[in-house]
Amino acid sequence: MSIDILMPALSPTMEEGTLAKWLVKEGDKVSSGDVLAEIETDKATMELESIDDGIMGKLLVAEGTENVAINTLIATILEEGESPSAEPEPATPKPSTSEAKATPEPSEATDTSVVSTAPPQEPVALETDVPDGTPMRQMTVREALRDAMAEEMRTNPDVFVMGEEVAEYEGAYKVTQGLLDEFGARRVIDTPITEHGFAGLGAGAAMAGLRPVIEFMTFNFAMQAIDHIINSAAKTRYMSGGQMSCPIVFRGPNGPASRVGAQHSQDYSSWYAHIPGLKVVAPYSAADAKGLLKSAIRDPNPVIFLENEILYGKVFDVPEMDDWTVPIGVSKKLVEGNDVTLVSFSHGITYCLEAMETLAEQGISAELIDLRSLRPFDLGPVLESVKKTNRLVTVEETWPVAGIGAEIAAQVSEKAFDYLDAPVMRVTQKDVPMPYAANLEKLALPCAADVVEAVKAVCYR
Amino acid sequence: MVSRSQPGNKKPRSKPAAKRKPAAKRSTPSKASRSAPEITPFTHEEDLAGYRGMLMIRRFEEKAGQMYGMGLIGGFCHLYIGQEAVVTGLQMTVQEGDQIITGYRDHGHMLAAGLDPKGVMAELTGREGGLSKGKGGSMHMFSKEKHFYGGHGIVGAQVSLGTGLALANAYRDNDNVSYVYFGDGASNQGQVYESFNMAELWQLPVIYVIENNQYAMGTSVSRSSAQTDLSKRGVSFNIPGEQVDGMDIRAVRDAGARAAAWCRAGKGPYILEMMTYRYRGHSMSDPAKYRAKEEVSKMREEHDAIEQVRARLLEGKKVTEADLKEIDKEVRAIVSDAAAFAKESPEPDPAELWTDVTAPAEQEEGASA
Repeated sequence: MSIDILMPALSPTMEEGTLAKWLVKEGDKVSSGDVLAEIETDKATMELESIDDGIMGKLLVAEGTENVAINTLIATILEEGESPSAEPEPATPKPSTSEAKATPEPSEATDTSVVSTAPPQEPVALETDVPDGTPMRQMTVREALRDAMAEEMRTNPDVFVMGEEVAEYEGAYKVTQGLLDEFGARRVIDTPITEHGFAGLGAGAAMAGLRPVIEFMTFNFAMQAIDHIINSAAKTRYMSGGQMSCPIVFRGPNGPASRVGAQHSQDYSSWYAHIPGLKVVAPYSAADAKGLLKSAIRDPNPVIFLENEILYGKVFDVPEMDDWTVPIGVSKKLVEGNDVTLVSFSHGITYCLEAMETLAEQGISAELIDLRSLRPFDLGPVLESVKKTNRLVTVEETWPVAGIGAEIAAQVSEKAFDYLDAPVMRVTQKDVPMPYAANLEKLALPCAADVVEAVKAVCYR
Repeated sequence: MVSRSQPGNKKPRSKPAAKRKPAAKRSTPSKASRSAPEITPFTHEEDLAGYRGMLMIRRFEEKAGQMYGMGLIGGFCHLYIGQEAVVTGLQMTVQEGDQIITGYRDHGHMLAAGLDPKGVMAELTGREGGLSKGKGGSMHMFSKEKHFYGGHGIVGAQVSLGTGLALANAYRDNDNVSYVYFGDGASNQGQVYESFNMAELWQLPVIYVIENNQYAMGTSVSRSSAQTDLSKRGVSFNIPGEQVDGMDIRAVRDAGARAAAWCRAGKGPYILEMMTYRYRGHSMSDPAKYRAKEEVSKMREEHDAIEQVRARLLEGKKVTEADLKEIDKEVRAIVSDAAAFAKESPEPDPAELWTDVTAPAEQEEGASA
């Protein structure tokens, strides 16, 4: 049986080319790998190799022919002893059209009209019930995070903590205090200063089924590692068609600290919230920090856990329960109000609470919603609130452009446009790198006064 | 796994896992190996297995190249033709549970790891029957069952990930080794050295296989590397390394066996620089202008891995030309079936667009084995 030699596509975008030169004659004996012809594309001259052993049959396209569409029959290779008589007529090369483009026949199912543009809704877990009379314990966010890791490490031997200064130093911000003593050096691992490397090692260990909790001393340094977070961790499940997961937590302080300058003071919320395949949480209170970190460690996906240095020492009530968890992807109404909706997360909540005191004095009742999770994003309580107050202000420490507030504004205008009595206003960090000078830093950061001003603007007061 | 390191405390090293056999006094296989180690001959059966395995990869890749030319495979397509002895020989040293991870020139590694050629080819064509349901493509395939961890498109990323697989072996205190393949190009990436450092520091069982095919896309090793002997790239981390004739499957297997034994004995990582050659361009759209045609044909004619085995087999007189032709026919039939499957398998259902983005909670894998 003869073998057809077709005009090959030699690049992802090639549709046609010039058959520059034949390097074999009819009747030549050829082996697999022999160069048969030279093909010119718009970018380069490429060699066409034989794909089989045999004798060259008719050369159907003359050398020098231009605009030969890919997949045009240009020659045949005959098996030994085969006669060239039964060969097809030479194909007429024709300028390629979109029809001539050799793409596989699309199956019927690719009718794009049936493709939903929205992802299917995922069922949302319910928050752990806190039964009446559950005792509360006051603790800092720092202690709550430590307890969450310790509890999960006690229950699951596959959970381990790895990062710079997490073991003997007990954490640059003392979040991993006591873990080395309880769990030993096998499970609490000090790394060299090598973010790219240990993020990759963590992702690999997670692909092998372990449950790493990777601490970044701050998320500023995670930029060294972001390739592994996005390309290795977030995309593995999709690229493997669901065969392989990467259950890993990347955690550490995020956002502006105090007087540490531009490279150590940045909020990465919207960077990670942008990425499908990741889950992203950014808690405010100690109870949420503990409950969400436990959920993050149990989650079969890569979770970005954004903490805040300024909140570490803040004290909150945490339910004293055997297994307190908070589901990822559920926002929470913190304060009931009627006149305006404030949406924020992490340290942004602080500005809102402070602003709400001033607003109350001026007779404006604000409702405050803590997003807690940035991916998946729980807009439900926000929409419900906007339908009541008709006004929305978002508050965050990220930059304004393509920030979380921009996303909320877009979604609210899609889903509750008719309820809005004023444009959505965003309170953010100013659109500049963080300055060092005390006065400039203060100006760059959002503050309660900014929130008050934005609220008054949307309330037309 | 990592016991508290004490400055100045050099030996014995902190062990990654308690059960690993105590590290013997460090030998230097790199030095020994440089005086051309004796090659363990292959038995007739081993030669036959090697021949068949390498031929399978070559015929598969030729077919993939052909199908790319027909527009059935999109995007990038990096062929392994010429380098077959490396993965085929090393696979002979793999034990059940050992992990394999590589970059984007990955078709050969998957076939050697025992993945179904149909599933691989159908992934190349982006069809439902592909190993990643058509969602990964030529560069991204995985198999938990075969311990194949990809198929990675970012040059060098597999080195950190593969070191993480070794970390999991050490953590679990099992006897497995992680085989991490990367090229001479990737060997200049910073994360490779971050990984080398941690692997040696924690004595992780990982074989770093540098497939030196002499060109990182179009840049030769000498134009890109201050130290062109890549087996020495572990020197400052105390990782032993050797340069191996990657066109001789017997030399490859020997070196692989030495490296695996080193790792399984708890002595930490090992570097194998496989001197090899790719006959085709970097990807399908590379005209390979950066090297002389004579260089390629010389390699093909004088060092071809498959021809070497073929000559030995015929010399041994236990098989005839006709017998080998029969093997070729069988291999071609498997490849043709794979190609037919890859053409006939439908495109993925549009609903697949939204699946596998995140894992649902109930699919949690639970505690490790």
